[in-house]
Amino acid sequence: MDKETKKVLFEPLVDNNPITLQVLGVCSALAVTSQMSTSLIMALALTSVTACSSAAISAVREHIPSSIRIIVQMIIIASLVIVVDQLLKAFAFDVSKKLSVFVGLIITNCIVMGRAEAYAMKNPPLQSFVDGIGNGLGYSLILVIVALFRETLGSGKLLGFDVLPLVKDGGWYVPNGMMLLPPSAFFIIGLIIWGFRTWKPKQVEHNEFKIMSIAHGEGGHH
Amino acid sequence: MEAYISLFVKAVFIENLALSFFLGMCTFLAVSKKISTAMGLGIAVMVVQTLTVPANQFIYQTLLKEDALAWIGVTGVDLSFLSLLSCIGMIAAIVQILEMILDKFFPALYQALGIFLPLITVNCAILAGSLFMIERDYNFGESVVYGIGSGFGWALAITVMAGVREKLKYSDIPAALQGLGITFITAGLMSLGFMAFSGIQL
Repeated sequence: MDKETKKVLFEPLVDNNPITLQVLGVCSALAVTSQMSTSLIMALALTSVTACSSAAISAVREHIPSSIRIIVQMIIIASLVIVVDQLLKAFAFDVSKKLSVFVGLIITNCIVMGRAEAYAMKNPPLQSFVDGIGNGLGYSLILVIVALFRETLGSGKLLGFDVLPLVKDGGWYVPNGMMLLPPSAFFIIGLIIWGFRTWKPKQVEHNEFKIMSIAHGEGGHH
Repeated sequence: MEAYISLFVKAVFIENLALSFFLGMCTFLAVSKKISTAMGLGIAVMVVQTLTVPANQFIYQTLLKEDALAWIGVTGVDLSFLSLLSCIGMIAAIVQILEMILDKFFPALYQALGIFLPLITVNCAILAGSLFMIERDYNFGESVVYGIGSGFGWALAITVMAGVREKLKYSDIPAALQGLGITFITAGLMSLGFMAFSGIQL
């Protein structure tokens, strides 16, 4: 694997993560993470759709008139999502029931559209494919971390195995019910962002206001 | 009538699209820096949601659902796998038409909403409204109420969020948590507040 491909593939994991830095695809990252199994399926579905749609859009990029490019991209993405949706219904019906509308929502997942617009329209198909996989992996990483915390702390289990023995089964762990509810996902992603940015200070956003001590006179203004 | 009112309350508070299903989060986080813009976007979402949910309901029930084509004498056809494609096409078309109508007849409103309208096509709250409608098999009346209610709920959430963020600007936050991080945690706290509605039985 040459250096360029490696960079395209691994940069979105931490340095340019679609969720924590580009703020794309947040909706499903929050909604499907109360269980590890649904998160893994969702991550797989999104990664394959992003990779395939980037490759397909990049292959026809010279022929798309720019005034209707959004519609063309939409149609390509929607067709791929229908394929994924039908496959899930056929081979993993339980998971597809749990994911409910969120598989369909891959269509409007900003990661897919965002990579199509920002990368696939300017680069050859193979590279776009790798870029799609890379961003899919960045998304998957966050999904897996969030699901790891939510499922372990919320129900003491991970993928059906007991990790923390529950009090009601004679163990010591009292499950934290909030971890299974929606707000916990916000908190965990917030904390992940905090962690990432402490590790990589370059990603820190600077405040438009500065808090000054009164001795210096005038406080914050634009 | 009572059923409609409880559906409306449920769509606004208990099943708030933004805070209990996390839909439309990208725009929710990106456009909630100022109250006025947040409110503009909220209204635009509400209008589009009110139009698209019933329109998609009509198409789904008369063309795509299993045996829906019975009225032209075709039975045993199930086109429901096409619903994703038809929903997103319908949304894109309605947004486009709305943009043209506003531009022609209500230029002032168009100026105010202009930049937000195209954004709405890719707002997942809109598509999700239609998909939830299909999943829960709403009839036409219910779909109108659900469209208004879910749009209003989203608008309410983003406006409140913008209000909090305007105040948040003046607070002293750890450097690495600034911006996106603290916004997530704020949204989490708000979502926790909205959870309080979930015990209400209607």
